[in-house]
Amino acid sequence: MTPAIKNTALFALVFGLILATGFLQSWNVALGILNMGLISAIMALGVNMQWGYAGLFNVGVMGFVALGGLGVVITSMAPVGEAWAAGGLRVIVALLTGAGTIAAAILAWKRLKRHRGLAVTAILVVGFFVYRWLFDPAVAAIEAVNPAREGYLGGLGLPVLLGWVVGGLLAAGAAWIVGKVALGLRSDYLAIATLGIAEIIIAVLKNEDWLSRGVKNVIGIPRPVPYEIDLQNDPGFVERAQAWGLDPVTFSSIAVKLAYAGLFVVVLLALVWLAELALNSPWGRMMRAIRDNEIAAEAMGKDVTLRHLQIFIIGSAVCGLAGAMMTTLDGQLTPGSYQPLRFTFLIWVMVIVGGSGNNWGAVLGGFLVWFLWVEVEPLGRLLMELVTAPMPEGFWLKDHLLESAAHMRLLTMGVILLLVLRFSPRGLIPER
Amino acid sequence: MDLLNAIVALLNFVIIPATAYGAQLALGALGVTMIYGILRFSNFAHGDTMAFGTMVTVLMTWALQGWGVSIAPLPTALLALPVGIVVTAALLLGTDRVVYRFYRARKAKPVVLVIVSMGVMFIMNGLVRFIIGPDDQRFADGARFVINAREFKQWSGLDEGLALRTSQAITIVTAVIVVALLFWFLMRTRTGKSMRAFSDNEDLALLSGINPDRVVTITWMIVAALATVAGVLYGLDKSFKPFTYFQLLLPIFASAIVGGLGSPVGAIAGGFLIAFSEVTVTYAFKKVAGYLLPEALEPEGLLQLLSTDYKFAVSFAILIIVLLVRPTGLFRGKAV
Repeated sequence: MTPAIKNTALFALVFGLILATGFLQSWNVALGILNMGLISAIMALGVNMQWGYAGLFNVGVMGFVALGGLGVVITSMAPVGEAWAAGGLRVIVALLTGAGTIAAAILAWKRLKRHRGLAVTAILVVGFFVYRWLFDPAVAAIEAVNPAREGYLGGLGLPVLLGWVVGGLLAAGAAWIVGKVALGLRSDYLAIATLGIAEIIIAVLKNEDWLSRGVKNVIGIPRPVPYEIDLQNDPGFVERAQAWGLDPVTFSSIAVKLAYAGLFVVVLLALVWLAELALNSPWGRMMRAIRDNEIAAEAMGKDVTLRHLQIFIIGSAVCGLAGAMMTTLDGQLTPGSYQPLRFTFLIWVMVIVGGSGNNWGAVLGGFLVWFLWVEVEPLGRLLMELVTAPMPEGFWLKDHLLESAAHMRLLTMGVILLLVLRFSPRGLIPER
Repeated sequence: MDLLNAIVALLNFVIIPATAYGAQLALGALGVTMIYGILRFSNFAHGDTMAFGTMVTVLMTWALQGWGVSIAPLPTALLALPVGIVVTAALLLGTDRVVYRFYRARKAKPVVLVIVSMGVMFIMNGLVRFIIGPDDQRFADGARFVINAREFKQWSGLDEGLALRTSQAITIVTAVIVVALLFWFLMRTRTGKSMRAFSDNEDLALLSGINPDRVVTITWMIVAALATVAGVLYGLDKSFKPFTYFQLLLPIFASAIVGGLGSPVGAIAGGFLIAFSEVTVTYAFKKVAGYLLPEALEPEGLLQLLSTDYKFAVSFAILIIVLLVRPTGLFRGKAV
């Protein structure tokens, strides 16, 4: 069997699984899996660029995904005029002061010959207090504006699709900062640094209510596709649904999901196309050469740290884009729902299972692992019902096992990851 | 008088909590650093190992409480601790046999082992949630305070109370004992010396007839003990919630790296450095300043540098500074 046939068969298998879900469970669930599968595939592509092309160990995917979501909010939500009047300008001046302080400290560290530790400390301390003096009252003023519904600055009121670009750019900016600091150190350190920055980004989103409403969540983000209710009120749509013998309510939600799927497919295919072009270009060969032997590549005159920074930013921007798409699909930003196991380590499982270094592998892994993540829960419950069937009703172990079935998915993901690493370490679709 | 009040307030809200937290971090970081030094990879499953050990101890504590066994005023969990250590050691040795040994035999790259430890992390995390659930569990019993704030006020006549919780006292005492035992073992016993030799130069150690399997087995057993003790102490001091333990991974790794990966002394220093900075930066100094400064200068704000929600940022910032200024860590670890 040639690799091409094998790969097609693998993709056919995954889409067969999703189709089977449609026939056996419901088309809503199947399309839900497809849409999140598409987004997961893009996240996996981003991680694959960093890990598969360049061997960079990024375990802060969650942070970049969340920043993508923030990008959608600050682009597409309507601006809150009252909040801007209350303290918008002051917040921006405060943030610029903060950034200026850090820039001045870095400049001082680089330029000064003597007493630079003292000078940097002085700049940071003074800058911090000026920043807090500017920042705190402005935030209090903004958060006091109609806190039940607003209490934040809102966005720019631009089209939501533009938010996807902004989300990618925000993630790229954060990646630039992390990369500047942590790249060039050993790989474990990059891992811990990205783990840290992800936690900090989530903490910012949870606590800076003026920016993202924190744990009060931003809801009602504008959609790039029509609303179900509008479709149901559209006589032409209802007529068509009835002509096909479908219930208009069900059909409207399926139509909306299909519209999202169409958008996501376009983005995914464009990204895969670009990624394949890049991978097979001289640039891609250089990246793999650096990954396989850094010292040799350096001896050939390649700037390893710069190239690492480049790919780190690109990969993180792709993760940010996926995060923005996810927030658009959900229609809300819920900072409390970002968990590292789900948004960082699960993506890693996707990349490893699919095949690191191969873009199609990452895409396949994204679909397959997401399918399993969703479907393991009902399957686990089924399994537990089978296991506990002989036990008497009301027996404590029976209740406990049935109750805990939801946690089966973490276990399953770990087992899958270990099995793939052990028996097929190059993944389902290995690097060519 | 004001000065005394200020000192007591500082002791009560900064020094005592930070010391207890630092001891817990140091024990966690010691486990990470041991694995790094001898097995040569960063173990991402360490937070969940701590959670697993604590879970076994919690279950045992509940069983003991059910049987009416008690060592009041000390918490029953101390009695259950050995069981937790033994079960965790069995789990880690089993994991090593089933998972890690294969990669060790093939001399896999460290980063592969890190990814493998991610898989182990998923499984342990799932196991803990499966058995005890994702919720908060309290298992501390016995006397709550060694020094009670109200009694201290009456005794000393100060405005400021000083409280020392039993869990904090136990944490500090246990940590001292465990660290002393560990260093005695590493420095004085034959096995400990062979472990240090193995960590310093694997080839040379093998050449001089040290049995690598024995070294690895003993390392996992020590790591199980350290992780369980750290987890139980943290759980007694705060509370047991699986997700919190997973999040402890960051400050623990920061401690180990700041101290120098692979260096036990460094892990302890790093733990205290991270803990003290976290608590100091997130503590509102209004009260202390109120005692020390004349009334006219009394501050209006809370004098809190960062809200407690950003405590991760503190470990992160220290980590970055140390990495930039001294990449091998304070105590010259093995990492380059």
